[in-house]
Amino acid sequence: MEHYLGIFFSTIFIENMALTFFLGMCTFIAISKKISTSFGLGVAVIVVLAITVPVNNLIYQYFLRDGALAWAGFPNVDLSFLGFLAYIGVIAALVQILEMFLDKHVPVLYSALGVFLPLITVNCAILGASLFMVERDYTFTESVAFGLGAGVGWALAITALAGVREKLKYSDVPEGLRGLGITFICVGLISLGFMSFGGIDL
Amino acid sequence: MSSPKEVLFSPIFDNNPIALQVLGICSALAVTVSMVNTLVMCAAVIFVCAFSNLFVSLLRHVMPSSIRIIIQMTIIASLVILVDQIIQAYAYEVSQRLSVFVGLIITNCIVLGRAEGFALQNGPYISFLDGIGNGLGYSILLLLVALIREPLGAGTLMGYTLFQSVNDGGWYIGNGLMLLAPSAFFIIGLTIWALRAWKPAQVEPVEYEIAENVQYKEAI
Repeated sequence: MEHYLGIFFSTIFIENMALTFFLGMCTFIAISKKISTSFGLGVAVIVVLAITVPVNNLIYQYFLRDGALAWAGFPNVDLSFLGFLAYIGVIAALVQILEMFLDKHVPVLYSALGVFLPLITVNCAILGASLFMVERDYTFTESVAFGLGAGVGWALAITALAGVREKLKYSDVPEGLRGLGITFICVGLISLGFMSFGGIDL
Repeated sequence: MSSPKEVLFSPIFDNNPIALQVLGICSALAVTVSMVNTLVMCAAVIFVCAFSNLFVSLLRHVMPSSIRIIIQMTIIASLVILVDQIIQAYAYEVSQRLSVFVGLIITNCIVLGRAEGFALQNGPYISFLDGIGNGLGYSILLLLVALIREPLGAGTLMGYTLFQSVNDGGWYIGNGLMLLAPSAFFIIGLTIWALRAWKPAQVEPVEYEIAENVQYKEAI
């Protein structure tokens, strides 16, 4: 249990998806002008990550990795080069299913997340988490902890940035730095702050 | 219809995908710690972007629009698999250091953005050029960031020593911050500032005008 909690917390703080690996930056910068919208997007990312990473883990373990097809009678088949195609397909399909499911059964959540769900397919944080999961060779339970942690960390980072940007729009920024430039510098400072977690070993 | 030259060169400074369109920043920040990694990454992105534009443009009349995103994703993912296999075969060490970021070209917004925004409406030749142009625009900014980060951080460029570091008996004390995540954000932020000072048309409008301070006049 401690091991899984360790993975969970270190992906939130020490190896934050957005601030140390720069994943999901496009949406991170584009949709962080208001706290409420970025929180909604954050929740959507948590949900999608918590589902897709474990599912991709199962696919990797039982279909793609070297010798994974032994149960089907093909012990020498290595399909790991098909990984990218499989993961992005799973992510796109799951996001679509999630959208339809929420539309039918949880309309409140659907109207809150609706706009952001399709965007999430092309969010690099989602694909990145799956690729990290493969690279680090996580087991199924570890991948659940990792997926959840990655989502929470990303949501935390975007909400923090939105908080900063809501105040920032009232300030007098030099002309060329206005908008995108100053946002980058703020993200840099937040990321510097998150680095202080770096010394903690879980 | 814009000329081929315009299509090829306007993304480099006038309509830079990173600095103006805010696309494809993820990998821009992560791979720029060393110049070699950056060069390989740039070549990969230019290749994928150009060919995905070409194929999407060739298929644009036969693709049903309801499933076009999936088709584009499949084209891009296949190209990325090709690139990844080539890099693993010929530059294994670099592929280890780039780790997941080659795979992340799939979700690089530049590639999908150009396929969706340009290749779907234009012919194959001009789309191919647009892909190369946007890849170059992305590369220019990446190379610039790497050119600042690697020498200042480690005192080397492409693995060759520029400044002899203290550890090897030289004089240069490496700036550790340059090798860490935040410096990439700062450098891109400042680069955008420089670019906009040079081309003021790119400056964003203000959301709130700050009123003039009149209190001190009232006091007098």
